[in-house]
Amino acid sequence: MARRLRIVVAKAGLDGHDRGAKVIARALRDAGMEVIYTGLFQTPEQIVQTAIQEDADGIGLSILSGAHMTLFPLVLEQLRAQGAEDVVFFGGGTIPPDDAAALKKMGVQEVFTPGAPLQEIVDFVERECGKRALLSS
Amino acid sequence: MTSDGTLELIRDFRAGRPRALARAITACESGNGARVVAELYALAGNATTVGITGPPGVGKSTLSAALVRKARTLGRRVGVISVDPSSPFSHGALLGDRIRLAEHFTDPDVFIRSMASRGHLGGLAGATADATLLMDAFGFQFIVVETVGAGQSEVEIAELAQTTIVALQPGSGDSVQLLKAGIVEIADIFVVNKGDHPMADQLRREIRSMLQISEHGAWVPELVTTQAVHGQGIDELWDAIERHAAYLVESGELEQRKRERFAYQVRSIAAGRIRALVDGRIDVGSAAGDPYDAASQALASLGIEE
Ligand SMILES: Nc1nc2c(ncn2[C@@H]2O[C@H](COP(=O)(O)OP(=O)(O)OP(=O)(O)O)[C@@H](O)[C@H]2O)c(=O)[nH]1
Ligand SMILES: [Mg+2]
Repeated sequence: MARRLRIVVAKAGLDGHDRGAKVIARALRDAGMEVIYTGLFQTPEQIVQTAIQEDADGIGLSILSGAHMTLFPLVLEQLRAQGAEDVVFFGGGTIPPDDAAALKKMGVQEVFTPGAPLQEIVDFVERECGKRALLSS
Repeated sequence: MTSDGTLELIRDFRAGRPRALARAITACESGNGARVVAELYALAGNATTVGITGPPGVGKSTLSAALVRKARTLGRRVGVISVDPSSPFSHGALLGDRIRLAEHFTDPDVFIRSMASRGHLGGLAGATADATLLMDAFGFQFIVVETVGAGQSEVEIAELAQTTIVALQPGSGDSVQLLKAGIVEIADIFVVNKGDHPMADQLRREIRSMLQISEHGAWVPELVTTQAVHGQGIDELWDAIERHAAYLVESGELEQRKRERFAYQVRSIAAGRIRALVDGRIDVGSAAGDPYDAASQALASLGIEE
C-alpha cells in the first residue's frame, strides 16, 4: 500500500468564486492524489487545523478577492505557530507578479497566476509534496 | 517509518498532540500501522461509536455536523471520520464531507479526518477501523463514522459501529426498495432526513410497515425525522442513540458487538495480508489451468492447505 499524497485545497476570505479551486482539485485528483476540499470562506486557522488533522502534505490556497497580501501571511503564521512548516504551502489567484514575488520571499512555496498550465501545477505538487510524504513515512 | 520515528510518534500521541494522531492514521492507511496500533491499543475501548450510512446526498455529513454540535454542548470530545470513494482509474479522490463541518474546524475537542476508500468495497476504507481505534485511544469519547454514499450492499459499518444510523430521504424509491436485503437491515435507527419534503410522511409510513413485517431482535429499530440543515430532530436522534446505547448495555449485546468488532478487524487485517501475498503468486500462464486450480496452486505455494 503506497503512501498517497494528500492535499488541502482551500478558499479563504470573502470571495465566493471557487471554480478555479475546483478545477485544481479535480486535476490533482485525476493525478492520483487525495484532495480534501474545505469549501468557501475559510479562515487561516480553519485551513491550518484542517491540514493538521488530515495530515496533508500540502495546502493550496486560492484567493480572488485581492486580499492575498493579508491572507497568505496569516496562513504562514498559523503554520509556524502550529509547528507545521513542513506542510508545502502554495497558492494561486489574481495575484500581480510583484505580490507573488513578495509572497514567495515570505515563505509561500509557489504562487500560480491565472493561465498557469494545470500540468505545471500538478507537477509542482507531486514533486514538492512528494518530498514531504517521503520524509514523514 | 523508522523505529525512532515510531517511538517519537507514540510519545507525541500519548502527550495528546493532534499531529501525532493524524500521522498515526496516515501510517495505518499506508499499511505501516501495526506497531503504532499495538502500542496504543490498550488505551482504547471507552468511546461510543455511531455510524451514519445512506445514499449519496441524503444528508449524512449534515447530520454528522448536527450530532457533533449536540455532543459538544454536552461537553464530549468528538472524533469524525468521513469516507468518500477513490477513483477506480486514477486512485485519487475528492474528499468533500468536511465542508459541512466547517464550524467545528478550530474546536480543539473535535478531530475530523477524511478518508478515501482506496478500493475497499464495504462502504468504509481499509483503515477506518484503525482510525476509529486511534481516535478512541487519543481520548475522543463520541466518534461519528460517515460511510461513502451507499448503494444497497455497503453494510460493513454495522460491524464497526455500536449504533448504525441509516438515513433515507423522501421521494427516492418505493416500498420495494425497503424490502430488499442490504443496508435497510443494518439500521438500529432510521432517519428520514429532509423531513420538510412533501413525501416525508409516505416514507415514514413505508418504513413503519416494513418494520412490522421484518424480523428483528429485541431491539426494534427506531424511526426519527430530521431536517439536519436546520438542526431539527437532532435532540430526538440523540435520545434514540442513547436509548440504543442503554439497550446494548442492558441486553449484554455491547460485549457481543465488541467481540464481533474484534473479529471483524482481525479478519480484515488477515484478509488484506493474504490478498497481498496471493497477488504475487497468481499464474495467468497456460499452466495455470482453470481459475479454481490456479487459486489452489497460489495458496499451496504459500503453504496454505485447504
Ligand atoms: N432541504 C433539506 N436539505 C438538506 C437537509 N439536510 C441536508 N440537506 C442538503 O442536502 C445536500 C447534501 O447534504 P450532505 O450532508 O452533503 O449529504 P451526504 O449524504 O453527506 O452526501 P455524500 O457524502 O456526498 O453522500 C446539501 O446541499 C445539504 O444542505 C435537510 O434536512 N433538508
Ligand atoms: Mg457526506
